[in-house]
Amino acid sequence: MPAKASRAAFGEALLELGAKDDRIVTVDADLSKSTMTARFAKTYPDRAFNLGIAESNMVGIGAGLALAGRIPFVCSFACFVVGRFETIRISVAYTNANVKIVGTHAGIAIGEDGYSQMGLEDIACIRALPNLPVIQPADELETRQAVAWAVEHEGPLYLRLTRQNLEPVCPPDYRFRPGRWLVLRPGNEVTLIGSGGTVFNCLEAAKLLEADSISAEVVNAASIKPLDEEGLLGSAGKTGHVVTAEDHAITGGLGGAVAEALAEALPTPLKRLGVQGFGESGDPKSLYAKHGLDPAGIAASVRKFLNR
Amino acid sequence: MADARLVLTARECRVQIIRMLTHAGSGHPGGSLSVIDILTALYFGRLRHDPRYPDWPDRDRVVLSKGHAVPALYTVMAKAGYFPESQLITLRKLGSPLQGHPDRTMLPGIEAATGSLGQGLSISLGLALGLRLRRSPARVYCILGDGEIQEGQVWEAAMSAPKLGRPMHGLDNLTVILDYNKIQLDNFVAKILDLEPVLAKWQAFGWTVIEIDGHDFDQIAKALDQAEATVGPVIVVAHTVKGKGVSFMENDPEWHGKAPKPAEAIRAIREILGVGEAAWDGYLAKNPPTRALVDELSALEKT
Repeated sequence: MPAKASRAAFGEALLELGAKDDRIVTVDADLSKSTMTARFAKTYPDRAFNLGIAESNMVGIGAGLALAGRIPFVCSFACFVVGRFETIRISVAYTNANVKIVGTHAGIAIGEDGYSQMGLEDIACIRALPNLPVIQPADELETRQAVAWAVEHEGPLYLRLTRQNLEPVCPPDYRFRPGRWLVLRPGNEVTLIGSGGTVFNCLEAAKLLEADSISAEVVNAASIKPLDEEGLLGSAGKTGHVVTAEDHAITGGLGGAVAEALAEALPTPLKRLGVQGFGESGDPKSLYAKHGLDPAGIAASVRKFLNR
Repeated sequence: MADARLVLTARECRVQIIRMLTHAGSGHPGGSLSVIDILTALYFGRLRHDPRYPDWPDRDRVVLSKGHAVPALYTVMAKAGYFPESQLITLRKLGSPLQGHPDRTMLPGIEAATGSLGQGLSISLGLALGLRLRRSPARVYCILGDGEIQEGQVWEAAMSAPKLGRPMHGLDNLTVILDYNKIQLDNFVAKILDLEPVLAKWQAFGWTVIEIDGHDFDQIAKALDQAEATVGPVIVVAHTVKGKGVSFMENDPEWHGKAPKPAEAIRAIREILGVGEAAWDGYLAKNPPTRALVDELSALEKT
């Protein structure tokens, strides 16, 4: 499989699933070309609703559609849709409406458009709600499976997708399951946990570390909520050191979730890598380098963390 | 001529609103009393619903967007048979499905969590659209507060409603009712953020607007009939009196969100029942249930 953006894989998966299940509808706010629901809208014009640049109304209409038995995918940039947090909190979460919230353009990886378009606090926000799983697939295969699971899952959830292409990382026989992480590369000196766009970089970092005789176990944490607590504790117990790498604010995301779980169940030295401060314009590669999320940056942080 | 049954039902509901708020010791009497006639008209004769089967897919939906007035909704739901009337006084108590603001997951018959103002209209749009998509004959009734429409999300929804779902699935099944009682928490609406010209605003957004007295059952019925016969979304602007039926609560912002004390509650109930002070003891002697209610509320004074 060639590299593909998870938003693109989402758009294709939805088109296929939509053919089999006419309960599936899309709700957008003038970004359907970017969230990749545009083809669904073209194919199923009476099941696609573009509400204009009005995200709160988009989320609320999604909730109503769900309450009437539809399966709405409510889509926008992660920052814009989760920015309507109070509507998500009451109309979707507390109402327990079967809404699939899709936030694309996650993280600093969107690059040049700058901070106002970057979803950087979305995981922290959604993770605080009691009943929304947070899923961030790492490649095309995993995205397709996560979307199929989202249709089957009864209840609201949050799907976090990238603008940038993602290299394939999951094996062909991989099956996505909520609350289950995938060990992509076994190791025994440090557990390196990535999610979404950082998973591939974690794998590349592990290769650099191997050259320095450091054995890193690389884990793909697509299911940020629920965490794979068993998988996390098992790996942390084995390696004794955990590093998280995410394209999200350093506070409240994957690293925060891992810190909470480890602190209570198995206190383990932990290093969180993520975005410090606001994002900014720049080319994605340079931004990843600046925030230490590229392979060299992740490897350097691991070496420092392990005093190697 | 007003349906005497509805007048009587609304009066009984007003008494129960006062009773449950007094037990709770907190809550919103003003907006509950202003909206109760509208809710009574909906639940007794208008809605296609079955309290024994609250999940019936083709039931008509009521979304009380002004969720703080939920005591009024609980009284009509209890009277319609969704739950026993004896449960009303568990309002706001720990473990009760009668939450301070509506909770869909705890009480069958509640269609959406509301109370965070400005959200119910969007939910109603989605509901109406979803019902049309599966060719359900069900209608959606959304009740907005006047202060509530200061929220921006309401106008996002208002702007989208006339076009939403067209040409195939336009929202001919949506009726919105504005409980225009002219008062919000802090003060009179006109003093905080005036809504006027409110009819012209909705008309400009493409809605059919009907203006009525929200305490006149004939006018309510006529407006709801007219709404059903109209293509596209309709808003009924119902002029109401905040605290309607209780002299000392009417048109007083202080009674937006304050529960009556037992003595105040008893006076309120006497007024709702239309009994003069001098005739009260005689009335109670002849009406044991009211006597029992007065005793029940008096007992709260002592605890």
